[in-house]
Parts: sequence; C-alpha cells; structure tokens
Amino acid sequence: MRTAISTLKLLEPNSLNQAFKIMESHPGITPMAGCTDLYVSLNFGTLRSTQFLNLWGLSDLKKIRIQGDLLSIGSLATYTQIIHSTPVKKWIPMLVQAAHSIGGMQIQNRGTIGGNIANGSPAGDTLPVLAAAEAVVILASSRGTRRVPFNSFYTGYRKTVMQQNELILSVEIPKLKGKQWFRKVGTRSAQAISKIVMAAVSRKNASGKNLRIGIGSVAPTVIRLYKTEEILAQTGDIAEAQKTLCSEIQPIDDLRSTAYYRKTVAANLLAEWWEKHLV
Amino acid sequence: MQFILNGKKVNAQAHPMKRLLDVLREDLGLTGTKEGCGEGECGACTVLINGKAVCSCLIPFAQVKGTKIKTIEGIHHPLQEAFAREGGAQCGICTPGFIMSALTLPANVSLKQMQISLSGNLCRCTGYMGIYRAVKKGLSTAGKKKLLRRKISTARKRALKK
Ligand SMILES: Cc1cc2nc3c(=O)[nH]c(=O)nc-3n(C[C@H](O)[C@H](O)[C@H](O)COP(=O)(O)OP(=O)(O)OC[C@H]3O[C@@H](n4cnc5c(N)ncnc54)[C@H](O)[C@@H]3O)c2cc1C
Ligand code: FES
Ligand code: FES
Repeated sequence: MRTAISTLKLLEPNSLNQAFKIMESHPGITPMAGCTDLYVSLNFGTLRSTQFLNLWGLSDLKKIRIQGDLLSIGSLATYTQIIHSTPVKKWIPMLVQAAHSIGGMQIQNRGTIGGNIANGSPAGDTLPVLAAAEAVVILASSRGTRRVPFNSFYTGYRKTVMQQNELILSVEIPKLKGKQWFRKVGTRSAQAISKIVMAAVSRKNASGKNLRIGIGSVAPTVIRLYKTEEILAQTGDIAEAQKTLCSEIQPIDDLRSTAYYRKTVAANLLAEWWEKHLV
Repeated sequence: MQFILNGKKVNAQAHPMKRLLDVLREDLGLTGTKEGCGEGECGACTVLINGKAVCSCLIPFAQVKGTKIKTIEGIHHPLQEAFAREGGAQCGICTPGFIMSALTLPANVSLKQMQISLSGNLCRCTGYMGIYRAVKKGLSTAGKKKLLRRKISTARKRALKK
C-alpha cells in the first residue's frame, strides 16, 4: 500500500441528511461506497483525496424497487444484489448480464452501480446498458434533488455533471419494450476490464424499428450510437451502419487493446446483434 | 470497534481507513489471510463477511463494524485436507483465499460453476486442475458428513420417541 493512511480522515454519517451536511462543510470530500475502485487507487498511491465519507452504512441507498412505470435501483446496490433481484431480472435482464461480467464474486459482492456510474470509466460495464435503457440518474445534495438523463451525465473523460456536494441517490430505468442484448469482449471471459462493451434495445413494430445502442471503451465516455441506430432502423444496410459506427467512435490504443482492434470488434458486434435479433 | 471474528466477539482499535487485510494480519495476528496483489485481482486476501466472499485488501476497517468475519483460521473443513491430498496447493499463497471462496459453493458444485465462482482467485502454481479436484472432493465430503449427521440426529430423535 503506497498511501500513508495515518494522513487520511474518514467521516461517518448516520443518515443521508447528515451526509449532505458533511459534504457542505467539507468541500471536495470523497464519497466511499464498496471501495473496489477507491482502494485500488489508494493502494497505488494515486488518490489525491485525504477526506472520505463512508456511505456503506446508509441502507436506504441499497434498495431496489419498482415505482409505477420505473425501476429504481439505489446507488449502493451491489452487483450481487442486482444479479439476484427479481425486479431487475424481469425489467432489465441485460443489466444482470453486465453485473455477471464484472470482476469475480468478491468484486460483485462489494462493487455498486452508483460507484460504477460515479467512477465514470469509459469501460464501466453497466454504463452502455444504462445508455441504451435511457436511464435517469437521481442526484441529491442538501439543496434538493435533481434528475439527469444518463445520456447527458458525462461531459468528458471521467467528468460528469455532478457537483462537489452531490451524491448519486439512485438510477431509474423506464419500462423497456423490445429485446435487450449485452455483449462484452475482454482478455478473458471472467474478471477482465472490457476492450469493447455494448448493450442494445431493439423494438420492431408496424411503424418500423426502434433501436438504441450504448457502447463503452471506444471514446472518452460511454456513448450512444445515434447515427448508426438511425441508419440501421431506416435502411437495414448493415455495411453502411458499420461504416457509420466506425465514424461515431474514437477508440484509442492503450494497454488493453488497439484502436484498430476496437473498431473491428465493434463493427463485428453490431453485425452479430443485427443478424441474431433484427434480420 | 466491535465485530465477530471466527465466532468470537472482538473489540479492536485501528485506523478506520486501514485495510481489513492489514488489521487482520498486523493488529490481530491472523496471518493466514495473504496479500497477493493489493488491488482486488488475485483473491489471496479473501475472507467471508456475513457469509459473502470479499477481498480484504479493498475494505476499510470502518466498514466491518458489526459484521461477522470468517478467516482461514476459523475454518475446520474437509476442503483443507482435500487441498493437501489432491494437489490443490503448491506454494500455498493462494490456498486460504481459494478455500474461503470455495466455502460459499454448494456440495454438488459443477466444474462450470467452480470456474465462474473461483474466477476471482488466481493461482500461479497448480494450473487449477488440482484446485478444482480439491474443491469438488472437499465440498462433497462435507456434504456427505452433513447428511450423515442429519441421519444420526433424526434416528436418535426417533429412538427417543419410542
Ligand atoms: C478486480 C477488479 C475487477 C473489476 N472489474 C470490473 C469490470 O469488469 N467492469 C467494471 O465496470 N468495473 C470493474 N471494476 C471496477 C469497480 O468494481 C466498479 O467500478 C464498481 O462499480 C465501483 O463501485 P464501488 O462501490 O466499489 O465504488 P467506490 O470505489 O466506493 O467508488 C468509486 C467512485 O465513485 C464515487 N462514488 C461511489 N458511490 C457514490 C455515490 N453514491 N454518489 C457519488 N459518488 C459515488 C466515489 O467517490 C469514487 O470516486 C473492477 C474492480 C476490481 C478491483
Ligand atoms: S491481495 Fe486482495 S485481491 Fe490480491
Ligand atoms: S499454489 Fe502457488 S499460487 Fe497457488
């Protein structure tokens, strides 16, 4: 461990309101959930924060429930909770698939959906699912609550619209009509960060096709492939759609993969999805 | 801070941000839990918290308040002998972690299920086949023992009724 913990301070609220008060009086304090991202950085010595806010005990944030036409997943819900939740299995099975693909069981027992969203890695595996599902992120501070469409939550690489004093309370998922699809490509099938991760919702009806595709690890943030969706829905020309996809994404060479590989695989995944579900 | 460690109530003092791994090894003298990577990848530091396998290298001490923790020191289970007999351990550094993870699996576990559930535990020595054999054997032995105990206890109850 490369961080001297004696220099760190942890504040432990008993309630959400107390958490908001602490955030007002300690600007820049870092919320702490399952710590599967935070403690990795702490171990590397790359975490700048010295003040932390322990959210783990706030059990209200762990709840998963259906509220009318919405499925609400508390920010502190773990992947294991998501995998075993009957409402999630019924409502959004592609999120269950994504949760299964994250880490090993030790990580699934601790990692939370709120942590995945706030951490904002372009490779976060729940993020393409939330993009394709047109989820809404519920943010709150001592000044109140606001709802942000997931597809406008990120403003750049690991940058979000969240203010310093805000927490993610939950994420809401509208009823999804049509078929859901999730696919992750990593170095090994378990416990690997994505080289490409894709989620899609497709609906066919009399007036045509309605398609939504979220994709991760190919741009500074998770993105929706709006143009590709439109071309596919209107023309059904998969070759043209693959070309459009390649112009919509901006993958890079990094330690996990190359831009060339990512473009090729993303285009292949699009074709796989198209052939399996839409032709 | 209070919690239950291997079935006993303990009251321990340490920095709230200290990794559970370090509290176990340095403050409580339980060095059976190992550090491999320190970043959640290898599973050598696996312990059970409220029955769930977790990496103790990624857990701040503050977050174990009021929980039930089990470490390899608190385990007496056929898995241990099976690892020794079936070639499930060579250098042994991964073994406590594998055993803690394996404890969460059912007696009739399939190979596929083992591979998925143990994917958060890495071993650089055995090539895994010895580990899978050991887990299968250890869990099925434990399952049989449990069944036998149940049979004996129902037989005893029946005898007492007569
Ligand atoms: C071995 C290993 C494998 C992994 N594999 C994957 C993988 O396959 N796919 C994947 O997507 N991720 C993976 N991860 C990353 C990680 O598990 C996830 O990103 C997880 O969801 C983070 O959640 P957490 O609760 O642990 O977050 P924490 O580490 O507690 O926090 C992460 C960030 O989010 C902030 N935060 C947390 N909760 C809130 C909240 N409610 N409001 C505001 N801010 C908040 C924190 O301040 C911090 O900046 C892996 C990690 C490890 C160690
Ligand atoms: S030491 Fe904790 S997972 Fe490797
Ligand atoms: S026995 Fe050496 S790492 Fe597994």
